[in-house]
Amino acid sequence: MYFLNELKEGLGISFRAVRANKMRSVLTTLGIVIGVVSVTLMATAIEGVNRAFDKSAEAFGTDVLYIQKFPWVSNEDWSVYNNRRNIELKYAERVERHATLIDAVAPVVSTIRKVTYGDNAMDDAFITGTTDQYLRAAGFTLSDGRFFTPEEASGGRLVCAIGATVAENLFPNEDPVGKTIRVEGYPHTVVGVFEKQGGMFGRFTADGRVVIPMNSFQTHLGGRRDVTIQVKVANLKIMEDAKVELEGIMRQARGLEPGQANDFNINQQELLTQAFEPISLTIAGIGLFITGLSLFVGGIGIMNIMFVSVTERTKEIGLRKAVGARRRTILMQFLTEAAALCLIGGLIGLAIAFPLSFIIDQFLPTAMPLSVVFISIAISLVVGLISGFLPAYRAARMDPVEALRYE
Amino acid sequence: MGGAEEVHALRGVSLDIHPNEYVAIMGPSGSGKSTLMNIIGCLDTPSSGLYQFNGVNVSDMNDNELAKIRNREIGFVFQTFNLLARSNALHNVELPLIYAGVPAAERRRRAKETLDHVQLGDRVHHKPNELSGGQRQRVAIARALVTHPSIILADEPTGNLDSKTGEEIMMLFEELHHQGNTIILVTHEADIAAHAHRVIRIRDGKVEHDELVTGRKTYATA
Repeated sequence: MYFLNELKEGLGISFRAVRANKMRSVLTTLGIVIGVVSVTLMATAIEGVNRAFDKSAEAFGTDVLYIQKFPWVSNEDWSVYNNRRNIELKYAERVERHATLIDAVAPVVSTIRKVTYGDNAMDDAFITGTTDQYLRAAGFTLSDGRFFTPEEASGGRLVCAIGATVAENLFPNEDPVGKTIRVEGYPHTVVGVFEKQGGMFGRFTADGRVVIPMNSFQTHLGGRRDVTIQVKVANLKIMEDAKVELEGIMRQARGLEPGQANDFNINQQELLTQAFEPISLTIAGIGLFITGLSLFVGGIGIMNIMFVSVTERTKEIGLRKAVGARRRTILMQFLTEAAALCLIGGLIGLAIAFPLSFIIDQFLPTAMPLSVVFISIAISLVVGLISGFLPAYRAARMDPVEALRYE
Repeated sequence: MGGAEEVHALRGVSLDIHPNEYVAIMGPSGSGKSTLMNIIGCLDTPSSGLYQFNGVNVSDMNDNELAKIRNREIGFVFQTFNLLARSNALHNVELPLIYAGVPAAERRRRAKETLDHVQLGDRVHHKPNELSGGQRQRVAIARALVTHPSIILADEPTGNLDSKTGEEIMMLFEELHHQGNTIILVTHEADIAAHAHRVIRIRDGKVEHDELVTGRKTYATA
């Protein structure tokens, strides 16, 4: 109860002091304002990067496994993997026959070629040869048309499904479905267009792809290739079990002895997020530390001014003590003043950072996380309390007799 | 208020001051009168010896305990008034009550009452810079009175005032004494000291004289 009164009195004294020295208060608070703006904008940018990554990783599907020669993330030398045998087309059939925990499986081969339609061209389209199962196995969705039928797939018909970027490049003004494009000169009729995915991993998303039947690919673009077997797991809960099952099937297909290590990898999106997390945390840590320094500098400014304030009010402190203020009361008075200044600075900083975060949003889809708002306010208060402590302590310990004599 | 006060100054001084006395402690600068005043006012503790205030030994009290006594029992009046410049008269007088933990409404009422008592009832919302020297000192006196203290300790209360205003303030002290307050005046001016009923002369840390005043100035009280 008494504490609340002291707090109220302290706040009253603080606001009167701030009003009396408006210019000084503004300049002092400026340090905190800049500090809070930097820290919150940094946190917002980091949030943006994380979001961009998560969205991009979505392109790989949380429930999709990729049986490949190479691992996506590795600490070892590439040569270890280079010498492995290629993954072959026939493994896909084995998987389809023996796997019970999966939803769909499709073998996938890719290469980069030029595609054209009339005068429009795209030099680096990602040509993907696969089966009719691909739509499900990759977890893509169509925005227009349809995917190829099993007959078209097995018959190696000259059909294709294109991604959003390809559609933008080749068909700026018309509907792609039904039109015929040329893939390395070979005509393919567009049957469907994939929904736009966006994100950082452009090549892997549907956007830059031209998907054609495997047989057509092998006939026209070359047969001997390393195949990726893309597998859609029935549901996330059995992901680990499905991986084990696939591992078993693959090991048998490759003729591996019980003691031998896998000579293939089963990759999944989680590998990417796992690899990214430590990087993201490191960047966040460094970024926040650096911007935190500016907040630290602001705190030093507060401490400096509080020392001045205490000295200026020496006689006042002496008087208050003479009239019965205890040390604790004086301490609280000046601590409150420092904390109030910092809190005001923090709130102003947030008010400035908030509209600025919308500008960042233009470059990097993001939003100021609510947690950052609370943390900023809390940090402002803490900075105020820490910076204000030494000056407040000095004030509290002043000898009233000396203080009253001060000129 | 019963009981005696015994004070030992730096060089072995022994004093008793009783309730409702009007004492002046007089001496040149360097005589030790300021130290004596600080000890009486519980702003400082004696390095040796005993100080009993209202029957309680305060010589070894810690800072918080002394602060409490200053708050409740001692009303200071300073030569330089020592008012809070950014607060109005009412808030200045409220200050000791704030530290005593008195709730806001009662605080304001008591402060207003005390300001009325020193004839400043119409100036409660004025800030110090809107008041004359004499009025400021009256606010300071009101502040000293508001907690109904055991003693009023005034250090050169007329030092910063012209002689006419100074006399007005001395008249006020006379009235306060008549109303039952114990007044201790510290001064180096003989004609100010002459207003008191008893003068204690200090020189070089020792009491030189301690006698009741004869033929002192009095004011007819209405």
